[in-house]
Amino acid sequence: MQSEWLYIGLFLIVGILIPVAPLVIAALISPHKPNPIKQSTYECGIETVGDSWVQFKAQYYILALVFLVFDVETVFLFPWALSLNKMGVFAVLEGILFIGILVAGLVYAWRKGMLEWA
Amino acid sequence: MTFWNDPINFLSGWLSGILTAWGLPATLAMVLTIFIGIVLLVMFAMTLDIFLVWVERKVVARFQDRIGPNRIGPFGLVQPFADIIKLVIKEDITPDGADKVVFNLAPVMAAMAVILLWAILPISSKIYGVDLNVALLYLVAAGALGTMAIIMAGWASNNKYALLGMYRMVANVIAYEIPMVVILLIPTILADSMSVKSITEAQASTWYVFLSPLGLLIFMISAIAELGRSPFDLNEAESEIVAGFHIEYSGMKFGWFYASELLHAFTFGGFASVLFFGGWQVPFLLADGFHFGSLVVTLPGIVVVLVQALAFLLKALFGYWVIMWVKYSMPRIRIDQMLAFNWKFLTPLSLVLLSVTALLGQLQTVLLPWAFTLVMFVSNLLIIWITIEILRAYARRQRKQEERITAAAAQGAHQ
Repeated sequence: MQSEWLYIGLFLIVGILIPVAPLVIAALISPHKPNPIKQSTYECGIETVGDSWVQFKAQYYILALVFLVFDVETVFLFPWALSLNKMGVFAVLEGILFIGILVAGLVYAWRKGMLEWA
Repeated sequence: MTFWNDPINFLSGWLSGILTAWGLPATLAMVLTIFIGIVLLVMFAMTLDIFLVWVERKVVARFQDRIGPNRIGPFGLVQPFADIIKLVIKEDITPDGADKVVFNLAPVMAAMAVILLWAILPISSKIYGVDLNVALLYLVAAGALGTMAIIMAGWASNNKYALLGMYRMVANVIAYEIPMVVILLIPTILADSMSVKSITEAQASTWYVFLSPLGLLIFMISAIAELGRSPFDLNEAESEIVAGFHIEYSGMKFGWFYASELLHAFTFGGFASVLFFGGWQVPFLLADGFHFGSLVVTLPGIVVVLVQALAFLLKALFGYWVIMWVKYSMPRIRIDQMLAFNWKFLTPLSLVLLSVTALLGQLQTVLLPWAFTLVMFVSNLLIIWITIEILRAYARRQRKQEERITAAAAQGAHQ
């Protein structure tokens, strides 16, 4: 069990080294001639207008909240799914009740218009 | 355990033995052996990635009624190598005002998120990275690192198009994670394990595509949305926000975004094949050879392992081909249509499917295997039919509303 996570840890290290290697090679052998026009921000060929970090649309935040609720629900459903064979029909019905409560929350959000435009 | 039965374990044991004989402590020998194995696996994934660039360009060409690269090498096979050389020798531009550390780290994280998935992908019964008992949870977690890479790239680019592209892409990815994770629970219930190796082994008798075709459909849709490929490719909506979050990237940094997207698509094709098409299972092939009823064709272990690996690669390529097929046949959908499709249709549908599968899964021990397969398949068809009926009733209602409005407008115009 311990060596499995050691494997994942080494995989992480290799996973960082492998993408970095071509980038280092590229930094060594590619030309390096910076000039202000090349490094200016791209906006379809014209000068940029206004701030780069534009205002954040609030609807994204609401959708992220809805995602959060359902993500936590799915994390709780993982151990439920694994224990179904040992626990029988009662556990299934309990799990379905849990899902039902959260679906009621989704229906509430839907009716209140929180799922409209992105 | 000989070389002919179990090549990977035999070779790693042999290498650890040599290293300990040279005087290294046992843990260091094990770490070095594991390290070499990981490097080989990742090298295989990267070589496959290069091959996938060629496949992608040829297939998109054929879909668009042209030939694709055919000048460099036979059938254009050397084209991706030429592309890599070109990308590596390009100048490394970091736009002014960009957050240098985060900007340069984003493509590395995007590639790392995909490479991490190869740790659990079961290529064959004896060729896999590691048999985690929480493999499906690890799949979701490693996928979330890709989302981090998108956020980093979009934010650090000092470009409003990158930022907008990033917002939309992240809203897309997190939304479609819910149906995907819920569908991941279906093979978990059917196989009673989160480990991809156990799920593959549990499909020896029936592939899960026959037990849950709707699950496969929702998984493919969610996977295509997760990857950010067409028709969900708001990130690369070239007519709108010109390459979205990777607008300021050039050279090899862009190369890593592109390569990791293709490899991610192939990896999801691989996971679709593992979860629903039996992974490396070949019909009639058991651990010691083909069993056609009473006729047994024995094969050495290593041949069986290679046949299973080939079967897995073919199934994963088929999944990748379906993803490409959808990409090159359908137009892009708008962000609000995309999110409405997820929250108002896919999430409730996947939760209903999960509930029905959990209920019927209790019959797995009671019924004969073929009866259980039939019950699950028919239940999936019933859910599809009921969903279509609900959608039709909704469309009918909308049409009647529109007719009423146009009739009232026509009457109003007459007066």
